[in-house]
Amino acid sequence: MRTLPATGTSPHEITDDLFVHEPVAAEVAMEVAASAADAPWKAALKRLGKNRGVVPAFVLIMVITVLAFVGPLLTPYTYDGQNVAHSNLPPKISGLGWLGFDGLDSNGVDLYAKRNITEAHWFGTDEFGRDMWTRVWKGTQISLLIALVAALLDLFIGVLYGGISAYYGGKIDNVMQRIIEVLVGIPNLIVIILFILILEPGITSIILAMTITGWVGMARIVRGQILQLKGQEFVLAARSLGVSNSRIMFKHLIPNAMGPIIVTLMFTLPTAIFFEAFLSFIGLGLQAPLASLGVLINDGYKGMRLFPYKLVIPAVMISLIMISFNLLADGLRDALDPKMTK
Amino acid sequence: MNNRVLLEVNHLSKHFQLGPNQTLRAVDDVSFHIWQGETLGLVGESGCGKSTVGRTLLQLYKPTSGEIRFAGERVSDMTERKGHKAYTSQMQMIFQDPYSSLNPRMTVTEIISEGLMIHRPNLAKKERKEQVSALLELVGLSSRQANRYPHEFSGGQRQRIGIARALAVEPSFIVADEPIAALDVSIQAQIVNLLMDLQRQKQLTYLFIAHDLSMVKHISDRIAVMYLGQLVELAASDELYARPLHPYTEALLSAIPLPDPVQEQSRERIVLQGEIPNPLNPPSGCRFHTRCPKAFDICAKEIPSFAEVLPQHYVKCHLYGEKGE
Repeated sequence: MRTLPATGTSPHEITDDLFVHEPVAAEVAMEVAASAADAPWKAALKRLGKNRGVVPAFVLIMVITVLAFVGPLLTPYTYDGQNVAHSNLPPKISGLGWLGFDGLDSNGVDLYAKRNITEAHWFGTDEFGRDMWTRVWKGTQISLLIALVAALLDLFIGVLYGGISAYYGGKIDNVMQRIIEVLVGIPNLIVIILFILILEPGITSIILAMTITGWVGMARIVRGQILQLKGQEFVLAARSLGVSNSRIMFKHLIPNAMGPIIVTLMFTLPTAIFFEAFLSFIGLGLQAPLASLGVLINDGYKGMRLFPYKLVIPAVMISLIMISFNLLADGLRDALDPKMTK
Repeated sequence: MNNRVLLEVNHLSKHFQLGPNQTLRAVDDVSFHIWQGETLGLVGESGCGKSTVGRTLLQLYKPTSGEIRFAGERVSDMTERKGHKAYTSQMQMIFQDPYSSLNPRMTVTEIISEGLMIHRPNLAKKERKEQVSALLELVGLSSRQANRYPHEFSGGQRQRIGIARALAVEPSFIVADEPIAALDVSIQAQIVNLLMDLQRQKQLTYLFIAHDLSMVKHISDRIAVMYLGQLVELAASDELYARPLHPYTEALLSAIPLPDPVQEQSRERIVLQGEIPNPLNPPSGCRFHTRCPKAFDICAKEIPSFAEVLPQHYVKCHLYGEKGE
């Protein structure tokens, strides 16, 4: 080692003047931060509004929801009231004749005039003379009910199950995940057929079948999120402050997983709606005289060539519902998780 | 500094069971004590168990064996008798990463007042707000910023929020787990200054975990050096820098870069050979013997004891034991 001229400080020393207070820097930084951004959810809402698909989809869902409940009240008919004299009438809305709602059947004959019927059935009638307008909205009600049930199951069972499984970890996690694997191992269709053996086919057995497996996707998403979050230091900080487990779960973990939770939820809704329609279509769902969109489509497609309106109207309705939910979900995903865009 | 021991750690071990036949001995038989009002620096390479010691002290991890005494009382008894809550009001932690240590969904007020809500539930909302403002000003932030979210602050400001959160419950002992490692050098000095000012004002005791040796020397009264889950040397900071006894400490100190380029060139570095051994399968005898430039026969066979070689200077090395002489 070369000898050095004395510098006055020993090589390893840190002089105190390196630690002089610098009050100015704090002020400057403060001003920078003062040009504030919004709360995280506000920024997300802004991004959501900018998405072109979201607004029409949201409006459409609102309109469909309102009509599902108001629609049946606008006509004097009930969804199960039969009137053989009115059977197989084509749709007729006065003023909208140019759209096809002109009361003409596939041969161009005005059945309303021919049968001397003065009332107009807006969406026509089926082979028992039941009013299709009322039945379509009744069916939409069922679809929305299914969507609501799916959402509640996701939120209450899925989020809690996934959260508990991830937060407590270890053996609990292991057991809970094995249970999920067993559940998803059984095909949905078999579960519902088993339920139909015990109960009657109908909304109850569909909901029960969904209760068994409908929340699994959500539970897995939440588990993944919580696993990632629970190792973060703010959770340790909360624990070192003595925060209770339930408060950590609901105040610290779940709010931070809210983005993926909402997105998963929004994607489950159309899947659940479609599941019910599919079951009804193959005859495992709702039974006559109850109407669901799946039942209506099933009835409609039997007479597709002669009475296309019976198939087209409920099919368009379910497509609209599916498209708007999917668009909304897409928009929410982009808004809540900007990293995932493109 | 008076001569009362605030925290005493006796033969503390924390093992993590990774698999049926795999045990990670993150902390193995560590003993030390911290005087009231002092700052004990804890240094070592990453992965040597520094943070695990800190977290075990706070009962974030349950110790595998050994005991921790706080103000003369066993911590396990204390938490049994009065609950975890009583203990957490005495001891708090400042975290390394100012970006992940604050919940991004909570405002600064919510973050800081969480401790108050738990430890002083009778506090009225208005009083709690005043407390939060006072704490913010104590750490050098403006109370006008209380309703902002963490992402609106810089790293240094976030670290100040973290410090305010820890101080909210009025602890007497704070574990600072690398509080400056993630900050710019200019901000590091500010945070260290703040911590030292607070120590004076509130008579705090610190366990300061870091791997920046020069910073540790500045803030610490005594320094403990850790290697692979064990303490290898413990001494007053001036003493440790002037007279490092353990070969590992020597190597660590020789790695400090010097600001003067001439001195820096002539600096004699002790470069350790090889990687830090796998803590799943630590070396026999002295854990450092595989990389120690001064190792001899006995080092691989017997574990050296952690002995007071010079007054208040403890070292775990055969060079200074009777067997090594």
